[in-house]
Amino acid sequence: MAVNYKSVPMREQLPDIRRKNFDEVPLGYSEEEAVEEAQRCLQCPKAPCISGCPVNINIKGFIKHIQNREFKEAVNVIYESDTLPCVTGRVCPQEDQCQAKCVVGVKGEAVSIGRLERYVADRDLEQRANDTKSIEINENLKAAVIGSGPAGIACAADLAKAGIKVTVFEGFHKLGGVLVYGIPEFRLPKRIVETEIETLKKLGVEFIKDTLIGRALTIDNLFEKGYKGIFIASGAGLPKFMGIPGENANGVYSANEYLTRVNLMKAYKFPEYETPVLKGKSIAVIGGGNVAMDAARTAIRLGSEKVYLIYRRTEAEMPARLEEVHHAKEEGLIFKMLTNPVSYSVDDKSFVKKIECISMELGEPDSSGRRRPVPVNGSNFEIDIDVAIVAVGTTPNPLIAKTTPDLKIGKYGEIPVDENNMTNKPGVFAGGDIVTGAATVITAMGAGRNAAASMIRYFSDIEQ
Amino acid sequence: MIKIIEKYKLGPGMNFALLDAPLIAESAEPGQFVIVTIDEKSERIPLTIADFDRENKTISIVFQEMGKGTHRLANMQAGDFLYGVLGPQGNPSVIHENKDVIIIGGGIGIAPVFPIARKLTAHGNRVTSIIGYRNKDYVFWEDKMNAVSSSLLIATNDGSYGEKGFVTDLLKKEIESGKNIDEVIAIGPPIMMKAVSDMTREHSIKTIVSLNSLMVCGMGMCGACRVTVNNEIKFTCMDGPEFDAHQVDFNELMQRLGTYKNDEQKCFEDWQEENNGC
Ligand SMILES: Cc1cc2nc3c(=O)[nH]c(=O)nc-3n(C[C@H](O)[C@H](O)[C@H](O)COP(=O)(O)OP(=O)(O)OC[C@H]3O[C@@H](n4cnc5c(N)ncnc54)[C@H](O)[C@@H]3O)c2cc1C
Ligand SMILES: Cc1cc2nc3c(=O)[nH]c(=O)nc-3n(C[C@H](O)[C@H](O)[C@H](O)COP(=O)(O)OP(=O)(O)OC[C@H]3O[C@@H](n4cnc5c(N)ncnc54)[C@H](O)[C@@H]3O)c2cc1C
Ligand code: SF4
Ligand code: SF4
Ligand code: FES
Repeated sequence: MAVNYKSVPMREQLPDIRRKNFDEVPLGYSEEEAVEEAQRCLQCPKAPCISGCPVNINIKGFIKHIQNREFKEAVNVIYESDTLPCVTGRVCPQEDQCQAKCVVGVKGEAVSIGRLERYVADRDLEQRANDTKSIEINENLKAAVIGSGPAGIACAADLAKAGIKVTVFEGFHKLGGVLVYGIPEFRLPKRIVETEIETLKKLGVEFIKDTLIGRALTIDNLFEKGYKGIFIASGAGLPKFMGIPGENANGVYSANEYLTRVNLMKAYKFPEYETPVLKGKSIAVIGGGNVAMDAARTAIRLGSEKVYLIYRRTEAEMPARLEEVHHAKEEGLIFKMLTNPVSYSVDDKSFVKKIECISMELGEPDSSGRRRPVPVNGSNFEIDIDVAIVAVGTTPNPLIAKTTPDLKIGKYGEIPVDENNMTNKPGVFAGGDIVTGAATVITAMGAGRNAAASMIRYFSDIEQ
Repeated sequence: MIKIIEKYKLGPGMNFALLDAPLIAESAEPGQFVIVTIDEKSERIPLTIADFDRENKTISIVFQEMGKGTHRLANMQAGDFLYGVLGPQGNPSVIHENKDVIIIGGGIGIAPVFPIARKLTAHGNRVTSIIGYRNKDYVFWEDKMNAVSSSLLIATNDGSYGEKGFVTDLLKKEIESGKNIDEVIAIGPPIMMKAVSDMTREHSIKTIVSLNSLMVCGMGMCGACRVTVNNEIKFTCMDGPEFDAHQVDFNELMQRLGTYKNDEQKCFEDWQEENNGC
């Protein structure tokens, strides 16, 4: 059989239309398109794609089922390893993971594993919520999960399925972590996250919102209240700033603030929703990752005339997903590569007016193996802006560390764990961005599942 | 959902509400605050915990009608439910023992100083409270403040109650009287806290203020609340809200508070129009 080197394209909203709305950009495969794409999979004996997936989904297996139009079987194969395939199918950096290893990709376009995953998962989403039945719960075995992002959700699901009474504590008034306050609607519809949470509730998981562990209750308080195992999945939420002059001017946001205002608080529907956001005519976004790309594409949708992406390396080094970079360009994002901000200047009311930048060139490789950007002397220039969004990374929130004296903390505020995702404190596990620093949805989810398995073993040890 | 147990006006545009909030009441300490969401569309509104009762599992909030959020809150009644109340947030006030402390509350800021004064007094401190109101119609919690202070001094801008003038005028007299003052704690409008800070700096009196920066998350993930303290960026919700007044950049704080003036104004006026219409 001849190999088909071109993948079946996915229908998308056209750039001129989607620039003006927050609806999802890729529209998903039809059944025929999915089957056609699945046919491109060679069912390789060694299936190298599987080792590219951080949770080793049996990719070959689920694609085989799609080839046979066995969609329920296909999605069940995925559920064995992935709690949130509707999400990962959309947001995984597939080109660096599963699809990077696909044999077809050597000569042509890799099999679109993510799109196929999305297809079968979407097909099953509502159905699964209906199918889910609560399991008999052992009221004596109580576990607490801190944070409702992908790590917390995955851990809670596996614990609940094992008959453990799980309570998830979330600081925000909405559940889902970065999936609701960070990643915008046009990449990940919130309805999906809501349905996944409903499924967990049906499994018997209890959610307590508006409750920050470290303030309302400490880890030790949770033990006192009878929780026997605790999973910390509090993410890497504290935004970094660059420490350059003018950074506290009105109109300079962290990406977290900007995205929280727009996504979680729905500022794009202001004043119906009451949280405002400065719209701006000309916006600078600083950074090159998914967060920067999401902020920039959000700014475009809020009607800014010019949105600049300021990144100190080149496009090749940008950590953002390829598809997002591609979409952003189509939507008119202006790329200012090899450029670094040095200061902001303001008007008489302290609103940001200009960003001063310096050009960079690539020098010797640094510890990450990427060539280090160095400033070009005297190359400074200014851009007129009225809003700036800083997306240069986050660090773990220090609250739990500060209020749990006997918990070991790493150099960057992260929580170190062993191969079982257990911390140095007995009964306390951790996973996701709080352990790894800002990473990906699928690694956070994998960590949540590993922690759940470890906690279940830990419970059976203490029961004896 | 959090139930409003009691709700009444304290004065013009000033409101009191008692909330059924067991988990918050269990651990709340003076100096901490909550983030209130009225419903799904509301802003996240930071308000200081003006009082708490561990036995009855309640907390109190006292708030001034500013924009749409606080006006809508003011329209709610006993028996209504709030969508969410996050807390207690922020670091509790640091309470020393056996010192001479001056507590200053300006306007609505009198509510948050009350639990601080109470705890200070309980810890053997001698507390002189200076509270200031616009005029006699705005006077509230005089009796509560009296009960937790060694002495209570009152000022109104127009002299319609207590002494005529600002809290800083009374503070000046206290300082000039030569009494020992170990610490000043001031809560009120930024402009008042700045004036207090400028005055005590001259006399090298340690001064603590509680900053009311803009906030979105209130839990250290957005950076909306950042302020400059001792030339460093600090997050009010995580590192504060109380800071050493002499290190705070008040001008920046006040400028940042004006970020959404136009939007908020419009939002509020639209809402007023709608409500008068029906
Ligand atoms: C804008 C943006 C875009 C991204 N795009 C992608 C992408 O395309 N692909 C991808 O794979 N990854 C992406 N990521 C990264 C990915 O979202 C994260 O790696 C992942 O969400 C981490 O999951 P988590 O469960 O560890 O933490 P989070 O999702 O951060 O969830 C942590 C939760 O814990 C809560 N919390 C924190 N502290 C406490 C406490 N003390 N008590 C109670 N609750 C607490 C927080 O409110 C939050 O809800 C993106 C991240 C951002 C910000
Ligand atoms: C830690 C903290 C504790 C606070 N405690 C109290 C309290 O106990 N009682 C109380 O009445 N208020 C308190 N505030 C202030 C209160 O949060 C604001 O007045 C409120 O959020 C305004 O909301 P709004 O929707 O009514 O007005 P908006 O429509 O948001 O704003 C209307 C006007 O008020 C100004 N404003 C907005 N937010 C603030 C703010 N944080 N401080 C000062 N002015 C602001 C705006 O510049 C605007 O001009 C506190 C603030 C913080 C950060
Ligand atoms: S979870 Fe992500 S990496 Fe794994 S197969 Fe799915 S899309 Fe690929
Ligand atoms: S490597 Fe590619 S072609 Fe081979 S089994 Fe995996 S998805 Fe199919
Ligand atoms: S309000 Fe979000 S970090 Fe303080």
